Amino acid sequence: MRKALLVAFAAMLALVAATTASGDQTTTAAIPGCAIDSLNLQEEGTLTIGADNPAFPPWFGGTPRSPWKVSDPRSGQGYESAVAYAIARQLGFARGDIEWTYVPFARSYRPGRKPFDFFITQVSYSPERDRAVDFSKAYYFLKQAVVGLRGRPITRARTVADLRPYRLGAQFGTTSYNYITRFIRPSSSPRAYDTNDLAVQALKNGQIDGIVVDTPTTYYVTTVQIPNSRVVGQLPTRGARERLGLVFERGNALRTCVNRAIDRLWRNRTINALQRRWLAKVERARELK
Amino acid sequence: VAAVVLLVTRASGWEEFKAYFFDWERYRESFPEIADAFWINVKIFLIAEAIILFTALGLAVLRGLPGPVFLPIRLLAIAYADFFRGVPTILVILMLGTGMPALGISWVPISEMFWAIVALVLVYTAYVSEVYRAGIESVHPSQDAAARSLGLTRAQSLRHVVIPQAVRRVVPPLLNDFIGLQKDTALVSVLGVVEALRQTQINEAAEFNGTYYLVAATLFVALTIPLARATDWLVARERRQRLAAAGVR
Repeated sequence: MRKALLVAFAAMLALVAATTASGDQTTTAAIPGCAIDSLNLQEEGTLTIGADNPAFPPWFGGTPRSPWKVSDPRSGQGYESAVAYAIARQLGFARGDIEWTYVPFARSYRPGRKPFDFFITQVSYSPERDRAVDFSKAYYFLKQAVVGLRGRPITRARTVADLRPYRLGAQFGTTSYNYITRFIRPSSSPRAYDTNDLAVQALKNGQIDGIVVDTPTTYYVTTVQIPNSRVVGQLPTRGARERLGLVFERGNALRTCVNRAIDRLWRNRTINALQRRWLAKVERARELK
Repeated sequence: VAAVVLLVTRASGWEEFKAYFFDWERYRESFPEIADAFWINVKIFLIAEAIILFTALGLAVLRGLPGPVFLPIRLLAIAYADFFRGVPTILVILMLGTGMPALGISWVPISEMFWAIVALVLVYTAYVSEVYRAGIESVHPSQDAAARSLGLTRAQSLRHVVIPQAVRRVVPPLLNDFIGLQKDTALVSVLGVVEALRQTQINEAAEFNGTYYLVAATLFVALTIPLARATDWLVARERRQRLAAAGVR
């Protein structure tokens, strides 16, 4: 009896979340050639999505529930969670057919069998990376930004060149770090941390003057992690536009169907609506020259 | 060996493995960059080693002080060695490197390199003092007794008779610990310092390719092998001299 109640409650929640997450979206027709039983999945009939932990806003929302910290990808709240559920819906998955699994970023691309159908945690596309894994089409175009402590000299920077005298840091392996070494080229060697949290700690300690993260992540840093910090500015795009994609094991045929689903979400403007809902307030920071 | 090679190369994931870890193009291209970063490891190692050689000897001597008067000092020395041999090095580095600067005391340095070196010195002083202690205890008590009977004080006997013999005996295990220290410099990466390991991780994540690990491994091995051979040579020479002095051929 209790179980039945729970199931009913979960179904109700799912319904509420699905209607709120999909907004004004019309009911979906199946994508030709992409019936669920024809898809190449980890587990038949279930879509297994990998994500890193902690899952933080505005990428993921909701209240944390084990094993997730800070937020919960299963909530349907937050941009990436909402996009993942929208894609799954296009493919015809019910909310209950979706499993989330914790996968550290580095595990998402190292060789060997992948424990997920696709991985979604702000992975930027690059041609070199594309040789080790397969990327989906873009679900977001990204800009990097610099965060510093309020009242410090770095916050007066107006151009990218103004940032050069400062010691900067970022999570290693991210495009944020690459932006520092390739485009800012600061005069003191940048720091590369295991996690964003360690970079944030170093900023608090004054060991570095600024951290570079993608623009939406600045929201989490400046509101939750260091309230005494602010966005110095967004960094101008250099070279190709940076785009986020889902990561697939190389050669996984599932990608074709997911790409079609993403195409649809761009075309029916679902993605735009989700970006307005989850990311609009963080994209307003001024851009450095 | 042949069996292992066959097993590995015939594994179903071999092609993927090969592409991920053995990309010679990337190996050549990234070598100078990672070698640059490796220079930081070498610096940390050299500074830490120079300090440890003395602090560890000091700790070993303190632990060997005789009589009930020095009991508290002996106990402290034992507690120190137990603690820093017991706590994982990476924890000590993280605690000091992120903890001390967080205190916000103006005269406490905030440099990651500084605290990384302090952490390595603390941990390896504990290891190396045990090696010294073994060396000191291996010198026969009659040596000390003979020195004292010639009118040397305890300190003089220690300085001129016991320690020279002790150090010569423990050169091989000492070098062993220093090779360990050299490798542990890679742990400094957790504080954000871009040394050899962190540079390889950055490159790996930038291109999703693991060949860079091979570059770092090459550099570490290239430094430790000459060190190991030099020790072998030192030990052999020392043995020759001792045997010659004893009239044995």
